[in-house]
Amino acid sequence: MFSLRDAKCGQTVKVVKLHGEGALKRRIMDMGITRGCEIYIRKVAPLGDPIQINVRGYELSLRKSAAEMIEIQKSS
Amino acid sequence: MPIKIALAGNPNSGKTTMFNDLTGSNQYVGNWPGVTVEKKEGRLKGHKDVILTDLPGIYSLSPYTPEEIVSRNYLINEEPNAIINIVDGTNIERNLYLTTQLTEMGIPVVIALNMIDIVRKKGDSIDIKKLSEKLGCEIIETSALKGTGSNEAVSKAIALAKQKTKTIAQHKFSELVEDSLSKIASYIENTISPNLLRWYSIKLFERDQKVWEQLALDEKIRSKIDSIIAECEKQLDDDSESIITNERYNYIADVIKDCYVRKNTSRLTVSDKIDRVLTNRLLAFPIFAAIIFLVYFISVTTVGGWATDWVNDVLFGEIIPPAVEGFLESVNCADWLSSLILDGIIGGVGAVLGFLPQMMVLFLCLSILEDCGYMARIAFIMDRIFRKFGLSGKSFIPIIIGTGCGVPGIMASRTIESEEDRKMTIMTTTFIPCSAKLPIISLIAGAFFPGSLWVAPSAYFIGIVAIICSGIILKKTKALSSSPAPFVMELPAYHIPGIKNVAFQIWDKSKSFVKKAGTIIFLASGLVWFLSNFNWQMQMVDAPDSILASLGSIIAPIFAPLGWGTWEAAVATLTGLVAKENVVGTFGVLYGFQEVAEDGVEIWSTLQASFTMLSAYSLLVFNLLCAPCFAAIGAIRREMKSPKWTFIALGYQTVLAYAVSLCIYQLGMLFKGNGFNVFTAIAIVVIIGFIYLLLRRPNNKDRKNSSAKKVGKAVLGGAKL
Repeated sequence: MFSLRDAKCGQTVKVVKLHGEGALKRRIMDMGITRGCEIYIRKVAPLGDPIQINVRGYELSLRKSAAEMIEIQKSS
Repeated sequence: MPIKIALAGNPNSGKTTMFNDLTGSNQYVGNWPGVTVEKKEGRLKGHKDVILTDLPGIYSLSPYTPEEIVSRNYLINEEPNAIINIVDGTNIERNLYLTTQLTEMGIPVVIALNMIDIVRKKGDSIDIKKLSEKLGCEIIETSALKGTGSNEAVSKAIALAKQKTKTIAQHKFSELVEDSLSKIASYIENTISPNLLRWYSIKLFERDQKVWEQLALDEKIRSKIDSIIAECEKQLDDDSESIITNERYNYIADVIKDCYVRKNTSRLTVSDKIDRVLTNRLLAFPIFAAIIFLVYFISVTTVGGWATDWVNDVLFGEIIPPAVEGFLESVNCADWLSSLILDGIIGGVGAVLGFLPQMMVLFLCLSILEDCGYMARIAFIMDRIFRKFGLSGKSFIPIIIGTGCGVPGIMASRTIESEEDRKMTIMTTTFIPCSAKLPIISLIAGAFFPGSLWVAPSAYFIGIVAIICSGIILKKTKALSSSPAPFVMELPAYHIPGIKNVAFQIWDKSKSFVKKAGTIIFLASGLVWFLSNFNWQMQMVDAPDSILASLGSIIAPIFAPLGWGTWEAAVATLTGLVAKENVVGTFGVLYGFQEVAEDGVEIWSTLQASFTMLSAYSLLVFNLLCAPCFAAIGAIRREMKSPKWTFIALGYQTVLAYAVSLCIYQLGMLFKGNGFNVFTAIAIVVIIGFIYLLLRRPNNKDRKNSSAKKVGKAVLGGAKL
């Protein structure tokens, strides 16, 4: 089982499930990260956290601690 | 009855630009009840009977952030006659997510499909007719930046408001969910108006806590609804909130597929290429430093600085005072009145208005950075560092600017979205020594530490440590622990800022600053002038015999534990409230000099007689950290938007200043071998308390967050960290 935290820059991954609960989870989903959607990992901030991803055609940044809640599978 | 129209949309969708365009200067800025989220209303240009409300920029109508809660409360309780939903055409998928929620509220919705010019420029095309059919509401193409389409959108909204044609959401959830929703609806249809029935049913299904509390259904119905939801959750193997969100996005993806044709599918846009440089691993910080230096250089050192110097030294130094003086003499004005007008009012208000040009230049720079999208990148690259102190990456900007002047520094906190982080930044920004505090530093350094190189840097060091420690301490308090909306931030595409928008922002901020100078600061300056020129018998006297001096001797004992319980020092500190430069000048006056140089070289020997090195340093530290000048207090008041929080901020600053000075003086005395007394004990208790506040466990919300995180970790189990 992989989380978004394990993904490498330049990879495109598919969201399998969202873990956690409450405000943070809702916020992540409101921003368009939902089951089945594709995420492209753009980059990591110069100090190693947060990360920048492309989801549903726009750029989003989130901390690694939040990325950990997003379970993914690597797309081909 | 005026027609009420609400503007709703995502952040960065061009909503505010459109609002400014539609209302011009007919705006009223206030607060949403109970929160410090700004509420903007205005009358439509040329239509006095149409009131537009600019709702905060939101992504969703979830119950978790104050912005979202005030928006949905407004839509439900105030029932605007129509909603204009601004949708960023270049980011249509996520923007329509809010649309699917707005159309459920039983209010006519018009979509303003914004940034249509950029969409076309990219070569993409949107089938408006089809999209309009699928969403069930009218769509007008607009470009707020160019000012096209806004009027059309608003007249469409007015027409719909007059016809009272409610928008009916066209999207349907999956069969299972729809089934559950209609079952829930059947339980509440007697109590809810039919317009809002669907919205409430969905919110109940989502287990939206606010709605559950608000409806206060009886226990039987609650448990029935609960079992309906639980059954659906079991079948779809997900929680109800996620089910709804997922289905909304799936529906949007479905709609987009038919209506939106993307020409270029390559992943690298111009914006991405700019980002490659600006947030590059190696270049990000040098570029950031260069940009901040440039902003500082333009607004504080050069253009803004020159203009401010001109206003202070020429306009309020050589032009206005002599002219007014001449006039007052020519009409044989009484001495006291001309002193009030010249020294009190023109001096006081002038000192504050002098900051205006500097601020305007600074706001020009900041609005450009904000508008073009760089501000979000600053938060992106700085987040890691500032998170450790409980502040946001964006808190860095106010602090840097605060080294020039605290007023624009405090006002720069505007760009921080989280209310708690903003409050904390406002409270801590003035700890960093501003340019007006430099004379105090040079006075103390020159008189007591001749030739030493550490005094001035130590002032900045103390400022930075005060900010960091305050960040850690305040973050752990109940009122300021971070809101549960954490760092999940959109990085908007770079674009060239709209001149109109930038100009509007500068005008807006300058106006409120001048207003403040004309009211609160005007009164405060008059009061200090009065207190320092009159004695209790209401005779005009010199400062050493004035009411201020006698007040000074009353409060002086308060400062005795800090090592400087003389009335001169107390009065100098008090006048520092008008402007920090006054501290040195007041010492000059009180020690019997008419004029002193900026570093007060004339009074060095007098000072040396009444202070020791230790007490002088304690005086310096107190003046660096305590409540700032009236201009900055005015800025705090304006940005906090609440008298209570203004007092909390000033109180915190002053208490911290007192505690730090006390510890420095008392422990210094102990090390010098002056023995142990009751104040030494107090200082030690203060330090222990301080360490406790730094290390204690965070309060409520934060703890909940971290336990949620632990659950997440446990669930993920083997996932690598």
